[in-house]
Amino acid sequence: MQADLAIVGAGPAGLSAAVSAAAAGLGVVVLDEQPVPGGQIYRNIETLAATRPAHLQWLGPDYAAGVALLRRFRECGATYLPMTQVWQVGHDGRVYYRRNIGHEGAVGIVHARKVLIATGAMERPLPVPGWTLPGVMSCGAAQTLLKASGLAPEGRFVLAGCGPLLLLLAAQLIRAGRPPAALLETSYDLWGALPHLPGMLGLPAYLMKGLGLLREIRSAGVPFHRGVTRLVIKGPGRAREIEFDAGGRTFTEAVDLVFLHQGVVPNGNLALSTDIRHRWDELQKCFQPELDAWGRSSSDMVHVAGDAGGIVGAVGAAAMGEVAGLAAAADLGRIDAAALEQRSAAARRLLGRHRAARPFLDRLYRPQQQWVAPTDPDTVICRCEEIRAGDVRRLVAAQNCPGPNQMKSFMRCGMGPCQGRLCGLTAVELIAETRGQTPAEIGYYRIRAPIKPVTLGDMAALDVPSRHDAVNP
Amino acid sequence: MFKLLPDAAGATVTVVISGRGVAVPEGCTAAAAMLMHGAGITRTTPVSGEGRTPYCMMGVCFECLMEIDGEPNQQGCLVIVREGMRIAPQLGKPGAKL
Repeated sequence: MQADLAIVGAGPAGLSAAVSAAAAGLGVVVLDEQPVPGGQIYRNIETLAATRPAHLQWLGPDYAAGVALLRRFRECGATYLPMTQVWQVGHDGRVYYRRNIGHEGAVGIVHARKVLIATGAMERPLPVPGWTLPGVMSCGAAQTLLKASGLAPEGRFVLAGCGPLLLLLAAQLIRAGRPPAALLETSYDLWGALPHLPGMLGLPAYLMKGLGLLREIRSAGVPFHRGVTRLVIKGPGRAREIEFDAGGRTFTEAVDLVFLHQGVVPNGNLALSTDIRHRWDELQKCFQPELDAWGRSSSDMVHVAGDAGGIVGAVGAAAMGEVAGLAAAADLGRIDAAALEQRSAAARRLLGRHRAARPFLDRLYRPQQQWVAPTDPDTVICRCEEIRAGDVRRLVAAQNCPGPNQMKSFMRCGMGPCQGRLCGLTAVELIAETRGQTPAEIGYYRIRAPIKPVTLGDMAALDVPSRHDAVNP
Repeated sequence: MFKLLPDAAGATVTVVISGRGVAVPEGCTAAAAMLMHGAGITRTTPVSGEGRTPYCMMGVCFECLMEIDGEPNQQGCLVIVREGMRIAPQLGKPGAKL
């Protein structure tokens, strides 16, 4: 399959980029893991809007806003490949994929002139004692189940961690008639965030939304513990109890389920695997691709838009997608520089407002050190290989281990099926703390393709000339 | 562990979870089906044998690896159910008979 622009990810950034690039005359292919477009933020929006209008009401207007974007995407003429996992992007513009996840799949390659990575965000893990117990899930998972299937948690449950999604999910569950038993907030720094307030004032509606969520949670009578300093989930066998310290006291809650959240970070393995330059962002506490204002990376082939390039939120991501789609069209000679400036002007202004608001939110909910580098030595950090925080600290100290790649070779941390997605940032923070260095100095796992599970049979089925053929035709 | 909201009922399909036929919402994922009707554990780890449930539900964490129609190592949160689909927890090492 040929394309001018291959877009990986059908969330707000990918969809907007498809719309703007197609309007500028590019042949666009969008590849996405999910069965329907919208990404996680607008998950299942088309069907839900048609079949569950009451749920659309309580999921809120920021979710409902996805309807308009999806309509524009459906009409834009881009080729859309759902249930399609991309396992490799080459600098030759080859995008390797497997279609129809879980069923009789088919592998293939999109030969693209440009590739836009719009893989969005994932939740930053909150590694605490007991977080691997059955019954402990992420807040994003609970929200996905609400949106995708109208499924709500059963029994008694607690939400713990920090970030806007923690409050939003609590409010949505209250409106759905399933209020959490308690809300535990681990990181919150209003004084640290206040100097960034002017940037936030460009988006007064967001500020009001945040305050509204807090009011809703309080008036529903949900106990809200701010400044939690210790969190332990206890079994046996599954989550049965959550113990925490707040305000100098120790509390215990009986639970059936626990939902954790610690803000979001770029879902970065695909971008990392292309070897484009990345840098550490101290405010967002994560690695991000180095991009220009148009989404161009250090490689001519690879562009990045949306949260995958650094967290900007859904509306900011859509604006950046629009800009990046137009920039790709300009780079491929479909529109000139003046048209690029003019057509992208509104989106760039909108993106500017959303970027300016981020530092306030990033600082307000920036995780404190103890929540990114667990102090309890028995806390699992690599869920796949079951490596514990103490294992990493001991190895780094005893072997003078310089970084995550050496550590990985020693103990398999990050070598399980998730390929380091869930432990990467924790490993970096632990190593940095133990060595007295910064995460920027420590660096990240070297991520290599295939970044998704692919069988040898899948690879063998690909129609590519082998290196041997090229040398001895 | 999860339950359909009363006003969310719609078309269903029947899937077979660990040998038992159950009705689940059309268009839901195999992992969601397990969270509705399973025993709460969707896999046991190959390292220590601990039980796990799906964690992220968006394809990132690989905690929902399960056996679907006899095929191990499937990411249950990415697989949409269809009529008669056989879903089972993945116990220990993929393919190991326990």
